[in-house]
Amino acid sequence: MADGNSFVTPVAGDGIVPGGATRSLRHESAAMHVQGSANYIDDLPEPRGTLHLVPGLSTRAHARILSMDLSAVRQAEGVVGVYTAADIPGDNQISPVGKGDEPLLASDLVSFYGQPLFVVAATTRGAARRAARLAQVEYEDLPAILDVAQARAAGSPMVWRPMEMKRGDALAGLAHAPRRLSGRITVGGQEHFYLEGQIALATPGEEGEMTVISSTQHPTETQHMIAHVLDRPANLITTEVRRMGGGFGGKETQANACACLAALVADRTGRAAKMRLDRDDDMTMTGKRHDFVIDYDVGFTDEGRILAVDMLLAARCGWSADLSGPVIDRALFHADNAYFYPDVRLRSEPLRTNTQSNTAYRGFGGPQGVVAAERVIEEVAFATGLDPLEVRLRNVYGTHDRNVTPYNMVVEDSISAELVPELARRCHYAARRAATRAFNAASPYLRRGIALTPVKFGISFTATHYNQAGALVHVYTDGSVQVNHGGTEMGQGLHTKMVQVAMREFGLGTDQVRITATTTGKVPNTSATAASSGADLNGMAVLDAVRRIKRRLVEFAAAHWNVGEDEVRFAPDGVHVGSKVIAFSHLTRQAYFARVSMSANGFYKTPKISWNGDTGQGRPFYYFAYGAACSEVVIDLLTGETRIERVDILHDAGQSLNPALDIGQIEGGFVQGAGWLTCEELVWDRNGRLRTHAPSTYKIPACSDRPRIFNVELLENTPNREHTIFRSKAVGEPPFVHGVSVFMAISDALASLDNYRTCPGLDAPATPEMILRTAERMRHGSVPA
Amino acid sequence: MTGTRHDVRFYVGNEYHTLADIAPTRTLLDWLREDRGLTGTKEGCNEGDCGACTVLVVRLEGDRLVWRAVNACIQFVAMLDGAQVLTIEDMRAPDGSLHPVQQAMVDQHGSQCGFCTPGFVMSMVAGRKADGLAQDEHGIDDMLAGNLCRCTGYAPIVRAMRQAMQAGPDHFDAMAQDMADRLRRLRDGATVDISGPTGRLTIPATADALASTLLASPDARIVAGATDVGLWVTKGLRVLPHIVPIGGIADLHRIERGPDALYIGAAVTWQEARAALTEILPQPDDEVIRRIGSVQVRNAGTVCGNIANGSPIGDGPPVLIAAGARLHLRRGDVRRTIALEDFFIDYGRQDRAPGEFVEGVSIPVPGPQTVIRAWKISKRFDQDISAILGAFSLTITPDGTIENARVAFGGMAATPRRASRTEAALVGRKWDETTLEAARQAIAQDFAPITDMRASDWYRRTVAANLLTRLYADCGPDAARAPISVRTACKAAGEHAHG
Ligand SMILES: Cc1cc2nc3c(=O)[nH]c(=O)nc-3n(C[C@H](O)[C@H](O)[C@H](O)COP(=O)(O)OP(=O)(O)OC[C@H]3O[C@@H](n4cnc5c(N)ncnc54)[C@H](O)[C@@H]3O)c2cc1C
Ligand code: FES
Ligand code: FES
Repeated sequence: MADGNSFVTPVAGDGIVPGGATRSLRHESAAMHVQGSANYIDDLPEPRGTLHLVPGLSTRAHARILSMDLSAVRQAEGVVGVYTAADIPGDNQISPVGKGDEPLLASDLVSFYGQPLFVVAATTRGAARRAARLAQVEYEDLPAILDVAQARAAGSPMVWRPMEMKRGDALAGLAHAPRRLSGRITVGGQEHFYLEGQIALATPGEEGEMTVISSTQHPTETQHMIAHVLDRPANLITTEVRRMGGGFGGKETQANACACLAALVADRTGRAAKMRLDRDDDMTMTGKRHDFVIDYDVGFTDEGRILAVDMLLAARCGWSADLSGPVIDRALFHADNAYFYPDVRLRSEPLRTNTQSNTAYRGFGGPQGVVAAERVIEEVAFATGLDPLEVRLRNVYGTHDRNVTPYNMVVEDSISAELVPELARRCHYAARRAATRAFNAASPYLRRGIALTPVKFGISFTATHYNQAGALVHVYTDGSVQVNHGGTEMGQGLHTKMVQVAMREFGLGTDQVRITATTTGKVPNTSATAASSGADLNGMAVLDAVRRIKRRLVEFAAAHWNVGEDEVRFAPDGVHVGSKVIAFSHLTRQAYFARVSMSANGFYKTPKISWNGDTGQGRPFYYFAYGAACSEVVIDLLTGETRIERVDILHDAGQSLNPALDIGQIEGGFVQGAGWLTCEELVWDRNGRLRTHAPSTYKIPACSDRPRIFNVELLENTPNREHTIFRSKAVGEPPFVHGVSVFMAISDALASLDNYRTCPGLDAPATPEMILRTAERMRHGSVPA
Repeated sequence: MTGTRHDVRFYVGNEYHTLADIAPTRTLLDWLREDRGLTGTKEGCNEGDCGACTVLVVRLEGDRLVWRAVNACIQFVAMLDGAQVLTIEDMRAPDGSLHPVQQAMVDQHGSQCGFCTPGFVMSMVAGRKADGLAQDEHGIDDMLAGNLCRCTGYAPIVRAMRQAMQAGPDHFDAMAQDMADRLRRLRDGATVDISGPTGRLTIPATADALASTLLASPDARIVAGATDVGLWVTKGLRVLPHIVPIGGIADLHRIERGPDALYIGAAVTWQEARAALTEILPQPDDEVIRRIGSVQVRNAGTVCGNIANGSPIGDGPPVLIAAGARLHLRRGDVRRTIALEDFFIDYGRQDRAPGEFVEGVSIPVPGPQTVIRAWKISKRFDQDISAILGAFSLTITPDGTIENARVAFGGMAATPRRASRTEAALVGRKWDETTLEAARQAIAQDFAPITDMRASDWYRRTVAANLLTRLYADCGPDAARAPISVRTACKAAGEHAHG
């Protein structure tokens, strides 16, 4: 099935240039990546006299700062300056949502263990690191609230308005349902572990200008934050990023602190300043995926039809709002996954805690909602004795009826009812499920499990105004093209896809189209590259810019060569003008002499969408992306160890812009999702200190954790029914959710312990210990503390 | 020449360097990036866990060129004396074409964000050259265990490695003779001694020189592979006033297999010892030694360093204790040998006098009736620190009686320790279910483990007992043919589904 080589579809006679949009093309930086010549920020030459910055972090989860003696820090070798909140000329505030609850540097109150208190600038990074440890801080401890249970017990405030989504009458539906059960699932958080840590390099310019190269997914917001902190207009601040060494949502807002601190020091000293966080500081300081405690109540029939669902989703948000509001909202938006709930009520509790401020992470709360939905399915399956796959199929959204979501949006494009059985057929689900049962009956310690789960993922920012994008395309007289857009490259291949759009439209090869760094100086007022929207939004903006230029060139060519406008066509072999074919560079040169503008802005805003969070009405999503995954695992009842034996994925990328890159997103997203629910465990101690603050203790999947057999296919012949860029579908986040199938397969293996009579009630992450505890509870009815 | 010189000498690519003023604990990664401007090698963690900083160290051993992937972030520059370092910048052929590994990574879409990629390329280039790395799926997992990728899910990288294994020789093969000649010229048998404002560095040429250096400066810190010491510097920011790298001392490099015992010298790395150790400590279904760190860590870290650091969670000690290993200590000219378990007195305390060092360890060759098993249990299978490691050596008479039992655990106490009550419950008994149950009861009395971020005390106690059950399932009287771990179960599954 999946084989990297087979994606390179040779150009057929359909006029699409090889590598143009909808064809596979290798990542634009691939050759540089493999040679180590792709520059990340720390690889760039440093301006003369660059200072190196290291933050001083709090060692209390919640405390008043009584005194901060930084004299030893100042006197340490190599130190040029030490800066605190008092040195900030503008607002000491970086809340990305305007809540005013996130000081850049703490001054009197510490709200989590790891909060930046000051920043040291020194001539070398080593000197700054050593100096930062010399601070003498006196604290007066305040009661610290570390998790959901403590937050509830203490009546901790919410960081955002709780949301209630409902349709019909869930409580009445539950009361009247022939069968009913309730339960709770705990879902852990996740560290992004982008391989390149947070980094920014600020260089001061003239009269208050500041250029900051930042590893950020959201250059515009970073620009605004810096302007705010320095008390400057945005037109003095430029932020730029060529590429990130991974982001996954962890650089959507979390890049701002480094960028602002670098700009602050550059501003105070007039010298360039670079802040690159040590991995331990990075993990200690920055927010992560939200962990949830989810209570559910479900009413259903003996046939496994869900009648009513009531859910309460509580999340540990950390010490400030950050993006928690929209993240928790999105958990609710996905707490139905692909299933129709006739009567439903979903409520959120975004709880404030004295921990890192949890933030965007691939899926943005959606995956946590999906886990809850799949748990409900599992419960119904064990209660009715049906195959969970059967329960899934009995509840997936229909196309004409049973097609309204809990947020009252009509699902117009559901394909789960065809896609799910199709995957089941292709991967021989039924036979393999029977085989696991046979194996388990004869195996004392090793047990197999299998699960096939769907995903339906809503595409668009739920904050409607983010759904806009800009691009700037230049065609030079020699026929070479430069593409710029508001999206950022973090490995997902967005820049490659944008190049492909221009290649396809102009009929040019990769060597003629160049992508440049993303900068607020070229395309302003952009949105974060997030919510899987990068290619959807920016692709259309690039297309708009390209088509504006094409229109001018067509007009010119028609007039110049005296043919009809419909006789001018851009093709792989050149520009067709009437009966002759000319080189693109010939056209551009002639157009230049004729004083034709060959530069254009493009703009796009997503149509059809609207959402009112207060009324819970509207259409938050332009469309949905679909897929399904089947995972088979084996677990060891003596140790709780697991292994993923086989995974099959069938995924809907619409008319894929680049099948090879999309397969890459699916494979990578799946493994990341599986890691989240298995080996990746965040552990805080009683003092609120994160104990898993480095890869030695926080374990993301390694090479041998990938599935032994791993088949990934794109669903064929399914162009997006909405008018997206070449009818493609977003592919950044949805495949992450496929990892849920691993979790459900582990649960299936555990269920063999009592012959599939009860739902094992597994919590995530399913570490070896969690698996062993669950097995223990199933056998003896209780779990030790 | 012998005698003393006051600089370290090595190659980076084809450039020759003599450094007289190198700070003793300057890491190779910082030096490459900050001093040399070679920024292709990345920093992802600065503690040996992610592999983004992987470089190749080529050394001449006897007349053979040996290629090793190591983590530059936890190697000190000083440890490279006499070696050639190759970085990602050296991987292209002189004609500018990509190395077959690089080409395969491009062809198979093996990079997404690309930040991990140079490190992967280096591990893959090394993997093609290394002895003892099986060139199959299992071997690929092994050679890449020390490289983390957050983007790709590894699948395309594995495809690239398969492609690269089919490719022919690379340009280094043609240069091997020149490289060997150059490295040979660096061999001068000299002791290196450098003193500077940031501390002192002594690289003794022989074990005797080491012994006298330590006698004269008992506070000097031995550095073997620096896979522990490196982190004291990169994470602990510790200042080490005097370091003594021992990795290049030839007479500490011995691996000798006698009729009764295997001797491993202090400078022998895990990777070098692996084959010999596996031969006498056979693990039919699981490989504890392969799972110590990663290729990069095992290429630097030594068996004796793993003992000398006294860690309660080191994987070597419980296995070697169960096997009945003896430790050879030396101070000046005074040598003594002790049972390995006696070396570990308490947390952070070992039976080692100031100026004394570990010269080697010897492991008895087990008799035909002895079965040895060890299992490492960790959150992640590869490249993780043990939550628990249980090691067992049972000598069973033909009539099924346990004549001798040595049971040792890591992660269960402040030191690696024998489970004496469990041993007592086993010795002299028939190896049957009653004995198993008695042993399971006894082990609860042997240890009172702690809870930490790796596991709870409950988990540790439960799994410790369960490993006895696994031992029984694996080599008890009715040992099943069925696989006993998820890894072996899986291999079987893979074959079926592929066929
Ligand atoms: C990423 C990573 C993964 C790891 N994974 C594992 C693992 O899975 N299992 C495991 O057990 N360990 C693991 N370790 C720890 C480490 O690699 C081992 O303990 C290793 O064997 C240490 O050997 P070394 O030669 O590097 O020791 P060094 O770091 O050089 O020295 C360690 C200590 O021992 C002293 N010492 C060294 N040699 C001698 C001697 N001959 N005489 C006296 N004192 C001496 C040193 O002075 C120092 O105090 C890991 C480390 C890293 C960085
Ligand atoms: S930087 Fe991660 S292993 Fe060296
Ligand atoms: S490609 Fe991004 S970490 Fe590997």
